[in-house]
Amino acid sequence: MNATLNFPVKGTFARGVHPADGKGLAADRPIEVLPAVSQIVIALQQHTGAPCQAVVVPKQQVRLGEKIGDAEAFISAPVHAAVNGVVGRQSVVTLPNARHVKMIPITAEGEQLEGRALYDEVLGGEWPIEKLEEWTPQAIAERVRDAGIVGLGGAAFPTSVKLVRNEKKPVDVLLLNGCECEPYLTADCRIMIEAARGIVAGARIAAKACGAKDIVVAIENNKPQAIEAMKTAAEGTPVQVAAVETKYPMGGEKQTVLAVTGRIIPTGGLPLDVGVVVINVGTALAVARAILRDGNLTHRVVTVTGAGVHTPKNLLVPVGATYRALIECCGGLLPNAARIVSGGPMMGFTVGSLDVPVTKGTSGILALTDQDVRTSEETQCIRCGRCVDVCPLNLIPTRLALAARQKEWDVAKRYHLMACMECGCCAYACPAGIPLVQLIRMGKVQMPRK
Amino acid sequence: MVEQNDNRAVYEVACSPHAREEINTAGIMLDVLIALIPLVLAGFFVFGVAALRQILYAVLSAWVAESLFNWMRGKPFSLKDGSAAITGVILALSLPATAPWYVAVLGAVVGIGIGKAIFGGLGYNLFNPAMVGRAFVMIAFPSLMGASAYVLPNSTVDALTSATPLTLLKMEGVLTGLRALFLGTTNGSIGETSALACLIGGIYLCMRRTASWQIPVAMLGTMAAVSALAVSFNLLDVLRELAAGAALFGAFFIATDPVTSPVTPKGRWVFGVIVGLFVMVLRKLSGYPEGVMFAVLLANAVTPLINRWTIPTPVGGPVPVRK
Repeated sequence: MNATLNFPVKGTFARGVHPADGKGLAADRPIEVLPAVSQIVIALQQHTGAPCQAVVVPKQQVRLGEKIGDAEAFISAPVHAAVNGVVGRQSVVTLPNARHVKMIPITAEGEQLEGRALYDEVLGGEWPIEKLEEWTPQAIAERVRDAGIVGLGGAAFPTSVKLVRNEKKPVDVLLLNGCECEPYLTADCRIMIEAARGIVAGARIAAKACGAKDIVVAIENNKPQAIEAMKTAAEGTPVQVAAVETKYPMGGEKQTVLAVTGRIIPTGGLPLDVGVVVINVGTALAVARAILRDGNLTHRVVTVTGAGVHTPKNLLVPVGATYRALIECCGGLLPNAARIVSGGPMMGFTVGSLDVPVTKGTSGILALTDQDVRTSEETQCIRCGRCVDVCPLNLIPTRLALAARQKEWDVAKRYHLMACMECGCCAYACPAGIPLVQLIRMGKVQMPRK
Repeated sequence: MVEQNDNRAVYEVACSPHAREEINTAGIMLDVLIALIPLVLAGFFVFGVAALRQILYAVLSAWVAESLFNWMRGKPFSLKDGSAAITGVILALSLPATAPWYVAVLGAVVGIGIGKAIFGGLGYNLFNPAMVGRAFVMIAFPSLMGASAYVLPNSTVDALTSATPLTLLKMEGVLTGLRALFLGTTNGSIGETSALACLIGGIYLCMRRTASWQIPVAMLGTMAAVSALAVSFNLLDVLRELAAGAALFGAFFIATDPVTSPVTPKGRWVFGVIVGLFVMVLRKLSGYPEGVMFAVLLANAVTPLINRWTIPTPVGGPVPVRK
């Protein structure tokens, strides 16, 4: 814990769960660059917000980083080509979150940026920020949007929207989320170890944009190497490092903000409501690359792991590469692979096939076996209260879930259905095997809005 | 062996979370049975084979009743979840060792049938099944379940030759030594006599999070407070109040039945306080020497209301109303 932080750092939040972390599979594997792929698929909506419209035509030649699609809306982010190549015909792809979105295939052609050169461009080298005075806060936010930067932690919310200053809601803290509380995932851990200086630079740039005085990196204390690396990189800068308890869902905004600043985000509100902007460490690195190296968000680090994959790895991959290409680079799947998850086991989405493109929000590809999943027959709720004991938001999941199943909306409302953030602790802990969070999610969608 | 595994064109699709804690309902029930072992042993040491016989009757009848009612309701057999066995054991431990076999049998059948099956089985019952069964036999066989029925003056079992501690206190004003109450060498229902056994089993349950610790703490705390303020402001008397009768057995094993107690953290405190208050009122003001059974049943009845009154506020406050 850093003593100079000027707010009470509890380093934890109430309740939550401690799932087996599975990070040992990939945590010590340095980031590898995915060998050049022959084709990528750029989805036109990889973020929360308005979809992009294509700005290229079939058979057009595009260069790495060239804009492929853009939108007028405030909450959106453009998408870029992640290889040099030729644009194909627009089609539709189903993303892991079950959304059917328009996509543009690009066939790689000619020289590609690959191997060590690509690693150095995205992750390596020094990150000097002497010329930061030349950038106004507004210019930074505009550049961040142009670079197509969205939250790389998974939710993919356009980062520029968070960085634009809001007169009514001043920001004093920029919180860098390096918790990576999802089991198995190690991508953030690796970039903190391998590109700590870039993250620190990106954090200082983002802080200038949003007007934050304090910059804190929150890291769960199960990543001592990452904490050490970030502390070393932050020396002599205003950036501070806060080690927080290893507990799911520490990486949830509400939990990180509470653990580090002691501030409680109101239900239905944003960190902005309590003067905090939260961005993922990978997002900060992308900001640094956009401002200091004029690079657009074309690549990201993805953890390919799980007991069902041959050699777990952390890969630097172009956005748009297929899951199949990543898994092949890791020696393929083992026969016992049962569920392929995009993201972590607690909140990730399963995919039915491997021909799904990596999007900006893809933090990991997880091959789980039947033993990991532990499906079992659902039995009756005995009101043991374990879901209550783990709910980070202090809800009564069993009542919410059963009310949602019966469509008893007055009960659901009385028990604060819409306050649920769907972290899944309840379903994780339920001894009766009731799909609590799944039922609650359904209820949140089905409940009449009034 | 590396295998591309591409023959699997489609992978299983499901909603997150894709991980689960290694725990199930049967495991929780097994935990309760493990926690009951010290009580069974104490009952055996104090009352001899009669204690084991009583448990055997009650458990077998509970199993038969559970299967029978499931069959009548066209439901699958549910003995493997262990809840019927728990009802049987707890019922037996709440009976006098002197009760004839049909008391245990009828108690178990009524407890499972009226107490649980007609509400819809495990998870739906409003009242603690073992206590429903016990209340039935207590009313049906007053001479076999009343205070005098506990005593067998010519018995070879020491404990049975004198009245139960609470009866002695109520009728004759005789105090029982704390040491005897602690070890359990007194008369009483099979499982309740040894405070030590109840504490060992109860603390195990709370540490395993199988029983919520708030209920016993609130119930025993309330009993201690009422006893100190309204009966005798003397530490030994207060301890005697807690160690005698079914207070500890009830606090850790009966009141904590998750199905029939509140699910909200605050509600568990309220529930414990209500049980504790009822126990003291019945012990001091009613014709019965003990009141745990009725206190638990009464508190069970208000559990749905307690749940409703103690809905916690979400972290971050209530959901804002949409305009």
